[in-house]
Amino acid sequence: MFYRETGQFRTSYAQDSQILPLRQDRIGMAFLLLAAIMIPFVANAYWLSAIMIPWLILSLVALGQNILMGYAGQLSLGSAGFMAVGAFSCYNFILRIDGIPFIVAVILSGVCAALVGIVFGLPSLRIRGLYLAVATLASQFFIVWSLDKFGWFKNYDPSGVITAQKIVIMGYTLDTPAQKYWVVLGIVAVLALLAKNMARGSVGRGWMAVRDMDVAAEVTGLSLLRTKLQAFAISSFYCGVGGALFAFAYLQTVEPSAFTIDLSFRILFMVIIGGLGTIIGSFLGAGFILLVPIFMNIFFHGLFGHAVDASIISASEQVLFGVMIISFMIFEPLGLARLWQLTKERLRLWPFKH
Amino acid sequence: MTAPIQHSTLQPTERAYPIGAPVLELDSISLRFGGVHALTNISFNVLEHEIRAIIGPNGAGKSSMLNVINGIYVPQEGTIKFRGNVLNGMTPTKAAAMGISRTFQNIALFKGMTVLDNIMAGRTLHSHATFLEVAFQAPRARREETESREIAEEIIEFLEIEHIRKTPVARLPYGLQKRVELGRALAARPSVLLLDEPMAGMNIEEKQDMCRSILDVNDHYGTTVVLIEHDMGVVMDISDRVVVLDYGKKIVDGTPDEVRSNQNVIDAYLGVAH
Amino acid sequence: MTGFLFFIEVLVGGLLSGVMYALVALGFVLIYKASSVFNFAQGAMVLFAVLSFVGIMELGLPFWAALLAAIGLMVLVGMATERFVLRPLVSQNEDTLLMATIGLTFVIEGVAQLAWGVDVRNLDLGIRDEPIGWVMDKTGMLISQLDIMAGIVAGAMVTALALLFSRTKIGRGLRAVADDHTAALSIGIPLKHIWMLVWATAGVVALVAGMLWGARSGVQFALVWVALKALPVLIIGGFTSIPGVIIAGLLVGASEKTIEVYFGPYFGGGVEVWFPYVLAVFFLLIRPEGLFGEKIIRRV
Repeated sequence: MFYRETGQFRTSYAQDSQILPLRQDRIGMAFLLLAAIMIPFVANAYWLSAIMIPWLILSLVALGQNILMGYAGQLSLGSAGFMAVGAFSCYNFILRIDGIPFIVAVILSGVCAALVGIVFGLPSLRIRGLYLAVATLASQFFIVWSLDKFGWFKNYDPSGVITAQKIVIMGYTLDTPAQKYWVVLGIVAVLALLAKNMARGSVGRGWMAVRDMDVAAEVTGLSLLRTKLQAFAISSFYCGVGGALFAFAYLQTVEPSAFTIDLSFRILFMVIIGGLGTIIGSFLGAGFILLVPIFMNIFFHGLFGHAVDASIISASEQVLFGVMIISFMIFEPLGLARLWQLTKERLRLWPFKH
Repeated sequence: MTAPIQHSTLQPTERAYPIGAPVLELDSISLRFGGVHALTNISFNVLEHEIRAIIGPNGAGKSSMLNVINGIYVPQEGTIKFRGNVLNGMTPTKAAAMGISRTFQNIALFKGMTVLDNIMAGRTLHSHATFLEVAFQAPRARREETESREIAEEIIEFLEIEHIRKTPVARLPYGLQKRVELGRALAARPSVLLLDEPMAGMNIEEKQDMCRSILDVNDHYGTTVVLIEHDMGVVMDISDRVVVLDYGKKIVDGTPDEVRSNQNVIDAYLGVAH
Repeated sequence: MTGFLFFIEVLVGGLLSGVMYALVALGFVLIYKASSVFNFAQGAMVLFAVLSFVGIMELGLPFWAALLAAIGLMVLVGMATERFVLRPLVSQNEDTLLMATIGLTFVIEGVAQLAWGVDVRNLDLGIRDEPIGWVMDKTGMLISQLDIMAGIVAGAMVTALALLFSRTKIGRGLRAVADDHTAALSIGIPLKHIWMLVWATAGVVALVAGMLWGARSGVQFALVWVALKALPVLIIGGFTSIPGVIIAGLLVGASEKTIEVYFGPYFGGGVEVWFPYVLAVFFLLIRPEGLFGEKIIRRV
């Protein structure tokens, strides 16, 4: 009823290609952002540190994975490795460069991850599909191993664990959950906007062209080499920034083995379930994968009246995620994002469908 | 009844872009795959602003010929000249940069993208903004985007596909997909357009529509067209000159009338034992 | 013991763990040849097969009965996969199928753990993982009986499969299917039966691989990660070649163990965790179709 586009005319191509051409969507987005900013005033510390912060960070990483896999069509199983690069780079930048601003350190960590991403993306020039997946597994295992075995990365800490420094921005130390949340929210919101701009512009068309039909993409004059490596670099940048935030705003103490292939698979699931090739899907997917275990715990608790063995919950989770991936592949390859879009389209016409 | 489409009967003076000097010159091209001779010693040229057809029965090497021209296959022997310059180490990307666009026999659209995005993707060579400029919506990125959109819309209008502008191409029927692919090739504003069986699998009405589009493109933009067809009928009406291939060899090269009356062509099509 | 004998000992140990990788990869090749599906779930099938086998034995069934029951179960898993995952996705592109089998991997792993628990179990095949006495007495090399047995079993299985494919009607049908599905259908080859048979065979191969592995290091979830090493083996050997994956398996096993033993200590160990994958990447850059795979020709 309220979701109407009548009376809203687009009189130029620039207007038609806005991110949110509908006024209702713009208002909705403004509300959403405002609500996101206000959350710390209503949510308690547990909600912020255990749900909101990891959700935003993982959404960012999922967004990175989605750029590579959903937009550019390059299957990768190594996103956790790039997160690790980001986390350990950020630690070392702050440790070794006196007075480096936090944001600069985070951006540089993303750049480090991007450089590593380019190196491991090189095989993508000749291979794709499962072949590429195996090449990215090489990066996953190699990166975690190097961070583990070369003490320099961890400042020779005998415990093999690093403790992320405090987040200091403009002289203020931000260490309450609410402050960290705002930092994360700011970075994620900006990067999501930049991703959206790339995805809907010439850059995104290049990625999708490579994904859908690489020979035809070459014939339009696109360099496969540049496009694929660019996708790898940008994707790894997002994963790297996500990794740095993961360490600094969420985990605090980090060891390389926090970034196992298990995490990579989880990120893969977020993207597939959320929706390949959509920005919003990365957020929906990350939220889904993060919340399902929590709900499952509550559900089992309610069902049996007592806590259920963690291994059973994690096994049921695996089955659920697996079944969802198979069903999405069969019925709705665009995942939750597509369901969201369908709902919106219905709303646009509701209540007069014809 | 539809009016017959005739082009070759036009006098040179009646054409907006009169036929000019050779754009492409192929000299003694031979291409082999292992022991299979796909093309043997083929030479012909393509003149500026003309519509040049390559015809021949199935397996005659037509598609290979097109793939050689835009660098997908590299011939073992022979040279290709583009505007007088010998081309070495051709790749599809280099061909595109020189102004050669093409379509494919089995439609090669970007299946997950809309019609508009597919056509705009054809503007790759004209988008110079870096990913950072695009991410931050720098003026150059915005300007190029609007310009691409305008050109894409112009092509959409030209091809009369406004109603499907935002439809994902995978959902379109075959004939429309072929037209979108032509649109994508045009978006680059090519000087040479290679069309690989643009009319394959179409009914007579769709074929005539496609012919008209090809003639319009040639007439409106002055684009040089090289097209491949398996079926002689329609092509003869719109081409200026025709090369006939059979078993990877050139058997005739001439105007449609010369080709039509040539005994070798008749033999090739009727299947005389070799 | 001399350095050379030590090298032989390391090499034999490596070759035999390579046999295990090759066995997992073999199941993969079977499915790929018959249905062009990259079955990422082959490793999960290994876990499921051997967990079920041990679980059934624990219910009190004798060895052979448990073996038959486990084989039956794997046939069921294969049939269910064919029916509920592959059939609805027929004619989809390879990436979609691959992602679906990644989903399948997690379903199978989850179900295996829900059904049989997560404890590490011992599997006693009656062959001890102990050095062969006379070899140790004569040369001082520690070569495990189990390794030798694994080699023999694997060899026998590969021979049996080769005979099955080259000498029987089913094998001819399978090769026809591998060449061209539609053509095979049109000459009256029952495609569904062939596919089910292939999945069942892959299940049996998974069971054997799981049993040999489980006997050595316990039947546990970690098998999944070991089975992941079948992926580089496949890439090195080529997705369509049975001899290819066997040689690649041996190559991977031998090289990772020798590198680990001789170079690992300089880096604090753990080189074998990533070495096969990096080796596979090098192969990809030099010979993307694998050692014996069919050359990939890009058609336009």
